[in-house]
Amino acid sequence: MTLERAIAGIFLLLCLVYGYTAFVSMEANLLPFELNMTFLPNTMPKWLSILGAIVGLVVVIQSGPKANAEIDAGEIDYRNLRQYKLGQALLLLSLMVAYALLLRPIGFLTATTLFLAGGSVILGERKFIMLIPIAVSTAFLIWYLVQEMLGIFLRPWPWFI
Amino acid sequence: MIEGLLQGLQTALSLQNLLMVVSGCLIGTIIGMLPGLGPMSIIAIMIPVAIKIGDPSAALILLAGVYYGAIFGGSTSSILINAPGIAGTVATAFDGYPLARKGKAGKALTIAAVSSFAGGTVGAVLLMAFAPALASVALLFHSAEYFALMIVGLSAISAFAGTGHVAKALLMTVLGVILATVGESAQFNAPRFTMGILDLQSGISFITLAMALFALPEALYLVLDPKRSNTGGASDAIKDLRITKAEAWQIAPVIGRQSIQGFLIGVMPGAGATLASFLGYAVERNLAKGEDRAEFGKGSIKGLAAPETANNAACTGSFVPLLTLGIPGSGTTAILLGALIALNVTPGPRLMVDNPEIFWAVIISMYIGNVVLLVLNLPLIPYIAKLLLVPRNYLIPFILFFTMMGSYIGQNNATELLILTGMGIVATIMRFAGFPLAPMLIGFILGQMLEDNFARAMNLYDGISFMWERPMTTTMLVFAIVLIFLPSIREQLAAWRRRGVAEGD
Repeated sequence: MTLERAIAGIFLLLCLVYGYTAFVSMEANLLPFELNMTFLPNTMPKWLSILGAIVGLVVVIQSGPKANAEIDAGEIDYRNLRQYKLGQALLLLSLMVAYALLLRPIGFLTATTLFLAGGSVILGERKFIMLIPIAVSTAFLIWYLVQEMLGIFLRPWPWFI
Repeated sequence: MIEGLLQGLQTALSLQNLLMVVSGCLIGTIIGMLPGLGPMSIIAIMIPVAIKIGDPSAALILLAGVYYGAIFGGSTSSILINAPGIAGTVATAFDGYPLARKGKAGKALTIAAVSSFAGGTVGAVLLMAFAPALASVALLFHSAEYFALMIVGLSAISAFAGTGHVAKALLMTVLGVILATVGESAQFNAPRFTMGILDLQSGISFITLAMALFALPEALYLVLDPKRSNTGGASDAIKDLRITKAEAWQIAPVIGRQSIQGFLIGVMPGAGATLASFLGYAVERNLAKGEDRAEFGKGSIKGLAAPETANNAACTGSFVPLLTLGIPGSGTTAILLGALIALNVTPGPRLMVDNPEIFWAVIISMYIGNVVLLVLNLPLIPYIAKLLLVPRNYLIPFILFFTMMGSYIGQNNATELLILTGMGIVATIMRFAGFPLAPMLIGFILGQMLEDNFARAMNLYDGISFMWERPMTTTMLVFAIVLIFLPSIREQLAAWRRRGVAEGD
């Protein structure tokens, strides 16, 4: 089964669950006075789930193994992911998750400095004399711009300060 | 009219006001480059400053500068790092980013600046000439027609995907609209499809989705395949700034058509710059022939000029209902309306009669904002384009950081960052399989407007009878269906023709 067909299949499944929610669960939760209203929260979802299921089915049928045999220049051949820098990409994604989780507790300045420096190190940068000042100054500059000039609050320091 | 115009010019050209517009443009451009801060939020931030100035004309001139600056700044981040910060510049990224990757970032920015300027200028002229007349036409458009117009927009987007991919593009569009239904429904405020997650109750935020669909997969592609970073020789990014004569001839008709079309779409309250830019792109793609059409999406200068012209013309167009009827047609004009009221000016049918100097000062200041932006930014473009020369090891973490900032600033919610990362991974996998990501974002943006108008039309007509009872709606809906089937019909015809030739042999 190709990735294309798998995604279309998942989409079809999503539409069925979505449709079930719209046609059955949401219908059951309607209040008595809503029953004779023309437009309801589940009106458009009903239409969408039907349309989505049809389109999903069409893609599942259309996408055979032949459909994506050739890969455009510049696109990535997903069947051969190992030849790319998969490790770096996964590490950067985990770094993003870590940033999301640590942003509040350790504060914007620390988290951003660590993120920028960590990201460069993952990509293979080893010139720490350049790297650390750049990360620190960017973090500070963005914080100054956003909080001091624009007035959008960003907690700068860790929780204990 | 001439008298009012001269009066407006006199006000706008004083030294103080020129300073205002210059500083407004600078502030707007710089802040607008940060994804996540679109013109709406920047104007909102600048309102206290504007009110402090006191003089309504000067304040409006400052805000107009900020507005245009922010739009240009938004196009910059779309073109350079594929991170459209506002909905109106999503279509700019379709061809702007491929151009930048080919090493023509400088040229792309110049085309963006010039076509925005042209769009804004034509818009301002049309605004002066037809504002009162257009206001009454715009009111003829009912929610049923808006609904149909959005459907046309969505099917046009799916149809661009070309032969063989229409179904996939349609799937992505539907997925986008489905995502737009997460949160609260039009006219009801009970949560739906939130799976009990509190953070989803206000819906998925546009900026998070835009970053997850555009900037993040692109950054991941850059990481996965280091060869992508150095396509097209980075040093060309600075040298190749000029638009050649041939290119100018190529984009001139596009700019001409799109400034008028964009303006007319902008005049209709609620449609705005986003729809104008998508429809502009779709129309130009369908008008282009052969090789020209194949270029779209791969770095076509026409494909870049179309949405840039259309969105600026539409921004100007959205001032028609604001100034003549007091109805703000878009989020930004709604904020400007707030600023105007705070400055003791009430837009509406009486504005032109009671305060002609303000009416004309607004229009002239829009125009001056445009001119100053062009003068200010053209010399800056080489420096902005240099951003791409930052070594890969630094550039990629910065892009990732800015995508995260974009979705964080708006909501101040760290969960948003997790949603961003998750959706970014899903989007990258979809991109592996060749699903086009743009239709999904467009479906998401138009999905909310679609449901609002659908709800209103259904309530007015007590059902879906508006689809066949209003001739204009019916026509547009039929057109939308034709658009979707057009590529496969064309292919069938071509196949028949080929068969005919073969038999002849």
